[in-house]
Amino acid sequence: MAFGKEFAKGILKENPILVIALGMCPTLAVTTSVENGLGMGIAASFVLLGSNIIISLIRKFVPDAIRIPIFITVIATFVTIVKLVMAAYTPALSKALGIFIPLIVVNCIILGRAEAFASKHNVVDSIADAIGMGVGFTIVLVIIGAFRELLGSGTILGRSIFGASYQPALLMILPPGGFLSLGLLLMFIQWCKKEK
Amino acid sequence: MDFGHIVIIAISAILINNFILSRFLGICPFLGVSKQTDTAVGMGMAVIFVMTMASAVTWVIYNFFLLPTEHNVFYLVSRAFGGDFKPENFDLAYLETIAYILVIATLVQIVEIVIRKSSPTLYSALGIFLPLITTNCAILGVAELNTITYNYNFIESLVHGISAGIGFTLALVLMAGIRERLEYAKIPKAMQGLPIVFFVSALMSMAFLGFSGLRF
Repeated sequence: MAFGKEFAKGILKENPILVIALGMCPTLAVTTSVENGLGMGIAASFVLLGSNIIISLIRKFVPDAIRIPIFITVIATFVTIVKLVMAAYTPALSKALGIFIPLIVVNCIILGRAEAFASKHNVVDSIADAIGMGVGFTIVLVIIGAFRELLGSGTILGRSIFGASYQPALLMILPPGGFLSLGLLLMFIQWCKKEK
Repeated sequence: MDFGHIVIIAISAILINNFILSRFLGICPFLGVSKQTDTAVGMGMAVIFVMTMASAVTWVIYNFFLLPTEHNVFYLVSRAFGGDFKPENFDLAYLETIAYILVIATLVQIVEIVIRKSSPTLYSALGIFLPLITTNCAILGVAELNTITYNYNFIESLVHGISAGIGFTLALVLMAGIRERLEYAKIPKAMQGLPIVFFVSALMSMAFLGFSGLRF
């Protein structure tokens, strides 16, 4: 029961991007296509899961004064694992995401969850929290990625949707498109809330 | 090593590849501290300062501690103790993420302590921003770009660090100016708060996209 509750809150009620507004940099930068968004989402979720488990396990031994450096070291270790695995098995994706893979270290979502949740809760709840937040993050990245890929290249996951006659709106896969798409998504959500 | 090359690095980091508007690095402080111009200026100065120092320090770390070269410090030390090693035994480049983030976090702490002791005026201006900077992805980003992506030498790294900080400050202060005016604007309910900030950023980013037409 508690597991389901911790899991579900990350997807909608406390969605890390849409509600808490954390982790904006990768959200804007890598969402030029569904594939990149999905890759980034999975990579960050893995780091979040790993760091939440470890931090929840060691939370009773970590002195309060130096907890942040310890959390960062744990997170950086998992990021290094992800970076090496991606470079070995998905070189194209690894190249497309570029410096945003090492930059998962400073993604506020991960340190935020470590500090606000994993350092205060048991392992099972922390796993649920990490999966929920990870899925919530990934869903938003995929939605924005799909929107930008559809308008900017006329494709979804590389498959042509509008046919050959479609003139792609190149702006959407350039930097302004990132700001524009996230702005539209946040506006839509505020509008939905107001309608209720 | 000519002067023109340095100028090109500086201009492209400030305008063409602006850290916020084109590379999406440092969006969190961009959204968080762009409500007033004077705090934006303070944050910008702190970022320029830390970015320059971080560029210098991470360059030294990467080239003298992590890369397996003839002048790797671990190699030289273990050779001085008479071990039979080759530089390849000390290839620590895979540790760069961990090394950089710890070095940057330590650096920010040291800078904070030094400023607090030596210059209370500067501390009252920059002090509150310094802890925020550790998790600013622009700082780690500039270190990664200097060493891994572009493989800059020391001077180039330093110039890239300063100019990236200036570009960051430019975008932050421009945004703060616009947001001060937005306070008085009538904005539809659904767009108040973050959405309008993103739309303004999109327009600024489009304007900065025009700089990519600059050719040297």
